[in-house]
Amino acid sequence: MENNHQALFTYCVRLADNALVLAQRLCEWCGHGPILEEDIAISNMGLDLLGQSRALYTYAATLEGAGRTEDDLAFHRNERQFLNRCLVEQPNGDFAVTMMKSFLYSSLAYLQFRELSRSKDETLSGIAAKALKELTYHVRHSSQWVIRLGDGTDESHQRISIALQDLWGFTDELFEMDEVDRILIQAGVACDLEALRSEWNQMVEEVFGQALLSLPSVVGYRSKGGFKGIHTEHLGHMLSEMQYLPRAYPDAKW
Amino acid sequence: MSSSDNWPSWEVFTQKGDGSPHEHAGNVHAPDAEMALLNARDVYARRMEAVNIWVVPTVSIVASTPEDMGPFFDPANDKMYRWPNFYKTPEGIKQI
Repeated sequence: MENNHQALFTYCVRLADNALVLAQRLCEWCGHGPILEEDIAISNMGLDLLGQSRALYTYAATLEGAGRTEDDLAFHRNERQFLNRCLVEQPNGDFAVTMMKSFLYSSLAYLQFRELSRSKDETLSGIAAKALKELTYHVRHSSQWVIRLGDGTDESHQRISIALQDLWGFTDELFEMDEVDRILIQAGVACDLEALRSEWNQMVEEVFGQALLSLPSVVGYRSKGGFKGIHTEHLGHMLSEMQYLPRAYPDAKW
Repeated sequence: MSSSDNWPSWEVFTQKGDGSPHEHAGNVHAPDAEMALLNARDVYARRMEAVNIWVVPTVSIVASTPEDMGPFFDPANDKMYRWPNFYKTPEGIKQI
């Protein structure tokens, strides 16, 4: 593969891995939601993300042209080969942690896919335009919950505050970029995450304002390098469950 | 919002297409109107069943009781002339 081609393959796998890993996390709630309606809502959003990852893996596999399929990319790579941001692999915790994680991810993904829907790469812009509608809803759903939990009871406020405190250290990493991004930004294919930072800050601060939450003043740990395969301990455990069946029974058919 | 038992119930009405009437689809539990709308979307409109949704607090619905059945509905039994059976429908009209 030539340079741009190789870069676009990696770029699509990174986007797909974010979506797949969060999809798996959200779908872990299936059957465990706090109420039936929310159980359905969370699984729906998980399945939206699964759909996005499938489209991106399929495109990546086509770009690679090595005979791999979306399933090979999803189920036959190890944790060091997964290129998602560490935020999305974090365990679900309680409902507040799940909603905060979903909000932090979907708010930036919304901005990113909005830019990508104008990408010069037509396939990528098509996938992004479809995903954008879904992400618009995810932001609405998760931000409404962040606000209600923050401006709710003493207990709900405490839980969502702890969620923000625990997850905020993973947000810097969402903006990390490397050569892959730079090549594709120059070609008009990818979007510059750094350029979205102030808009994203505004977006989350507005929601946190309504939720009566303040940004943590001290952040002990800041994750780095998820998009290069450097992960927290949680991803491996998640993958072992997610990938169990196709690895134990390689020819299994649904 | 200490437990889901405290969440009020909302009746959901979905409109299947432009110009169609809103029809009762079912109900959802939600702490307030905005969440009721989101829950209604997730439960009753996730397979493209609707173009518009209404949610109404269930307590706002006033319903007739089983005891009302006789006085409310029986008098219509022998009044055929209240049916539009004797009009001819022009051809090509799909919705009346």
